[in-house]
Amino acid sequence: MSWISDIDWAGVLIQGALIGGLYALFAIGLSLAFGIMRLVNIAHGDLIVLCAYVAMIVVNATGVHPLWSIAVVVPVMFVAGYLMQRSLLNFTLGPSILPPLLVTFGISVIIQNVLLEVFGADTRRLNAGAMETASITLPGDVTVGVFPLVIFSVALLSLGSLQYLLYRTKLGRAFRATSDDAGTAELVGINNRHLYCVAMGIAMAFTALAAVLFSIRTSFDPSSGAINLIFAFEAVIIGGLGSLWGTLVGGIILGVSQSLGGSVVGPLVSDLIGNPVAAQWQILTGHIVFIIVLIVKPDGLFPRIRD
Amino acid sequence: MTGTASLLRTTALSAWYGDFQAIFDIDFEIGMGETVAVIGANGAGKSTFLRALAGALDTRPGMLSYDGNDIGHLPAHEVLRRGIALVPEGRKLFQSLSVEENLQIGGDHGRTGPWTLKRVFDLFPVLAERRVQPATSLSGGQQQMCAIGRALMANPRLLLCDEISLGLAPVIIRELYERLVTIAAEGTTLVIVEQDINRALEAADRFYCFQKGRVSLQGPARGFDRQAITAAYFGL
Repeated sequence: MSWISDIDWAGVLIQGALIGGLYALFAIGLSLAFGIMRLVNIAHGDLIVLCAYVAMIVVNATGVHPLWSIAVVVPVMFVAGYLMQRSLLNFTLGPSILPPLLVTFGISVIIQNVLLEVFGADTRRLNAGAMETASITLPGDVTVGVFPLVIFSVALLSLGSLQYLLYRTKLGRAFRATSDDAGTAELVGINNRHLYCVAMGIAMAFTALAAVLFSIRTSFDPSSGAINLIFAFEAVIIGGLGSLWGTLVGGIILGVSQSLGGSVVGPLVSDLIGNPVAAQWQILTGHIVFIIVLIVKPDGLFPRIRD
Repeated sequence: MTGTASLLRTTALSAWYGDFQAIFDIDFEIGMGETVAVIGANGAGKSTFLRALAGALDTRPGMLSYDGNDIGHLPAHEVLRRGIALVPEGRKLFQSLSVEENLQIGGDHGRTGPWTLKRVFDLFPVLAERRVQPATSLSGGQQQMCAIGRALMANPRLLLCDEISLGLAPVIIRELYERLVTIAAEGTTLVIVEQDINRALEAADRFYCFQKGRVSLQGPARGFDRQAITAAYFGL
């Protein structure tokens, strides 16, 4: 077991934490929709993949660096989110949580199959060039990739701006009021149906941001949605429902768990059973940690839910 | 009506909760600047009536005429923009908003007019002291002040108050009703729903008494035969 002494612990932990930023970004859209309108969006993972394909189209058509595609994908998905809520999801909202669940499940199936039909089953990835492999060396001889740093910075900026939006603006005040009591919100002049459309637009804008970063880091195909949905759910639940910064902590815990799973837990298990299983343990470790959190703290680490 | 122009008139207003009809064929009228009390026992349909006026219940076109316009088909948020604000029964403050935010949100979608955050704080100074606290940390009376302030922030022409005395100490109730006088002095038209007959008649110009979802009696608030009111109230 000499490999244990070779592990770059600081690198493993930091890399994992930075990737956690991506999971937090995944979680924002899911969390917003649930927080404001109690809508569990089963199609969230597939919408991430859809955004990735839209980014790919933009990059292929214009030849710009993938990060520049954000300027197109984010506004396009804001409008798409608004229209999806207005034309479909608003009709599913009511006292029962089940109709939106079923309809977004349907959307998930449709997106997967349309993507398969249009783009085929080939695995894609956006090429960000030198940025992908560039790294900087921190004091203490720890090497950190530039791109994971970009992901984490975007996550921090996103959560910061969302915090500002929710707690410092008129729109955010309306979001929180509607989340508290939709009926009384109507009585103070809030048009809930319109507000829900704006909320879904914003959720999709953040999802698009996450998707562009995801499409550079990971290869994707039309069936990649499910695992992204699970990562987003896990980040939200570990952090605690309704907690903005808890989501970031949830994402970091998930990222670090996966990172440790790939470089420590996996090899350890491989040694014990004498078979090479390291790769599978990366994602599995994340799930195991998620389940442990569920058992120990079912409400997540920083619960803010009141009802 | 006391000779002033009519601000709101209902014609055979009926409203339902699901399959249950709570009010039947109510003809009601209130003039500009008037204060009208709606009294009645529990379950007489008073709250339903106010919620119907505020647009929170489905009513039919033609049932509600406000300032000469038919508003029977409008949703609550549009009714508020036109100047009808409701102080709901049970106060219904937003629990994740601070006191100040609860007031601000009342003004976010309303009309412009004399009522500003400062004026509301002048009216209820205790709210200014507690502006940054969560609305849920207030006492019952303070919460009621906050709920009234929230509705005022929309600068309504017609303010609907649903049982603002519910569960409060008499000294607080007296204070709240004194403030209503200040509010009415701004030219605001008031509908006050109350179970307490004396309290309501003291504050109002006219009254309607509801019984089992129908108007059982109406008239001027002062000098009316108490026995007739009691009979209309309880259906004796």
